[in-house]
Amino acid sequence: MKKRIGALVAAAAMSASFAVLAQQPAKKPAAKAQAKAAQKAPDATTADFEKFRDVLEEDNPAELFEAKGEELWKAKRGPNNVSLAESCDMGRGVGVLKGAYVQLPRYFADVDAVMDAERRIAHCMVKYQGFKAEDLAKKPFSSGNYTPELVSLTTYVAGHSRKMKIAIPQKHPKEKETYQIGKEIFAYRAGPWDFSCSTCHGEDGKRIRTQNLPNLSTPEGAIRAFQGWPGYRMTGGVMHTLQWRMNDCFRQQRFPEPNYVSPSITALLSYMGVNANGQVYKGPGIKR
Amino acid sequence: MDALRRTLIKGAGATGAIAAAMAAGVLKPSQVLAAEYNRTAFEAKDVAGALKGVGAGSTTESKDIVIRAPDIAENGAVVPVDVVSNIPNTISLAVLVDKNPAPLTSAFDFANGAVAEMALRVKMGQTSMVEAIAKTSDGKYFIAKKEVKVTVGGCGG
Amino acid sequence: MADPMKIRAQMKGDSAEIRVLMSHPMETGQRKDNAGNVVPAHFIQSITVDVGGKRVIQGQTGPAISRNPVFGFKVKGAKAGDKVVINWVDNKGDKRTDEATIS
Ligand code: HEC
Repeated sequence: MKKRIGALVAAAAMSASFAVLAQQPAKKPAAKAQAKAAQKAPDATTADFEKFRDVLEEDNPAELFEAKGEELWKAKRGPNNVSLAESCDMGRGVGVLKGAYVQLPRYFADVDAVMDAERRIAHCMVKYQGFKAEDLAKKPFSSGNYTPELVSLTTYVAGHSRKMKIAIPQKHPKEKETYQIGKEIFAYRAGPWDFSCSTCHGEDGKRIRTQNLPNLSTPEGAIRAFQGWPGYRMTGGVMHTLQWRMNDCFRQQRFPEPNYVSPSITALLSYMGVNANGQVYKGPGIKR
Repeated sequence: MDALRRTLIKGAGATGAIAAAMAAGVLKPSQVLAAEYNRTAFEAKDVAGALKGVGAGSTTESKDIVIRAPDIAENGAVVPVDVVSNIPNTISLAVLVDKNPAPLTSAFDFANGAVAEMALRVKMGQTSMVEAIAKTSDGKYFIAKKEVKVTVGGCGG
Repeated sequence: MADPMKIRAQMKGDSAEIRVLMSHPMETGQRKDNAGNVVPAHFIQSITVDVGGKRVIQGQTGPAISRNPVFGFKVKGAKAGDKVVINWVDNKGDKRTDEATIS
């Protein structure tokens, strides 16, 4: 088990310090920090948030990014002057987007690997349009007035799975393996605080200030990993995908941040996604 | 068309000629120059100054203006506010956030069938009263308030 | 050039409900970027809405309107098929006009 994680983490090209951190004995018991995180805010607050969340979702600036993504998807671009619409197979056939997002991550025979949505789009941009992978990874997250093309593209692709059931396949051996790896990373405790994802997301009813932390190991909680992503984040008014969310949680966990579209993220998305199978995805959303 | 001439935002720069031209169909709407920006009202640092800026010398509290906004905003960067005026002949609405560095967020005029109702999203730096001002066609101003608590402020960006 | 607006216009009973999303940073002039430099004020100052060729709404806005603004309005007497034209102008003189048809 441990060996596989170690290998995966290395493959994911997390920085070398990861291994060092992992070997350090835990200095602070996680329980104390978490007791604080679990402090309850009044439930009326949550109810009020939910009510206005619906109002906010009705007219969601995420649509602006979807529109931008559509333009990018259909345009002939890159050194090869090819459009993604005419070249990229998101798992349902070249150019077919309906229902693709709720079935990702999945196995792709052309690369003999499991890919999540954003990683697949990045792959298509490199393989068919001729963009350079290094360039795509240079500034992969939104900030200020900057939105990476991949964020708009992922939002556009996700928009084609509105109101569809999550149905991430678990047929191919590599799909099963990816799920298992995700499960292991989720439970893998390390870092200066000896945190794992499940320290914060493995129990019901946890909170940090007014933010509910979903229990991602249950179907009801796991859907929160999907629901509303890609999401328009009110803080900063920027669009983010799950790649950003994962990176930010690695940071919160005091782990080195994984590389952009790394296989370890695909594995985590597999684990959480499969746990949410059968639930209905509402489409790109809005986040605090 | 007369309605648009006497409303909150045109106070500063409306010219009767443009309104008349619009009414007569001489100008396409897109050719009409926007009313001059009401800098005085938008840059006022307090509510009194902002009200003065839009021409509202005195206001009467009214329950016929309904403000729908959260009791506690999840994020001050995006606070949804809905305002409806049920006062007959309301021709303009303005929304203010008392404790913002400049309280006036926006002012809108309604004509030709537009209902005195609007939905918008505002930034709030801290817990504050949100105020809605309605102006009627006979030049009277009415006001309603609602408190919105803010835990995560939204003026950083 | 500014990105297009998203306009939704639908009859509900005897009035048209108009919702518009605008792509705009709405910078207050107070925010600092990652390098610590103040980002200059950049915000929409004026908005107009025409329905069926008539000006129905005009307004002015300040920097306290949220980034990527969303507005909702209601217009009585409009009908399906009428054209809705929305225009904004910001403090730098950038502008944008988009249209939709009431459904
Ligand atoms: C130190 C606590 C902490 C750790 C450890 C942590 N997270 Fe998070 N996670 C958070 C917080 C805080 C949020 C934001 C919740 C909010 O904004 O409502 C969050 C949000 C998320 C979300 C989005 C949930 C939603 O409702 O949108 C996902 C998915 C997620 N985390 C997955 C993970 C994964 C996978 C790991 C392990 C790599 C992890 N987290 C580790 C604190 C943590």
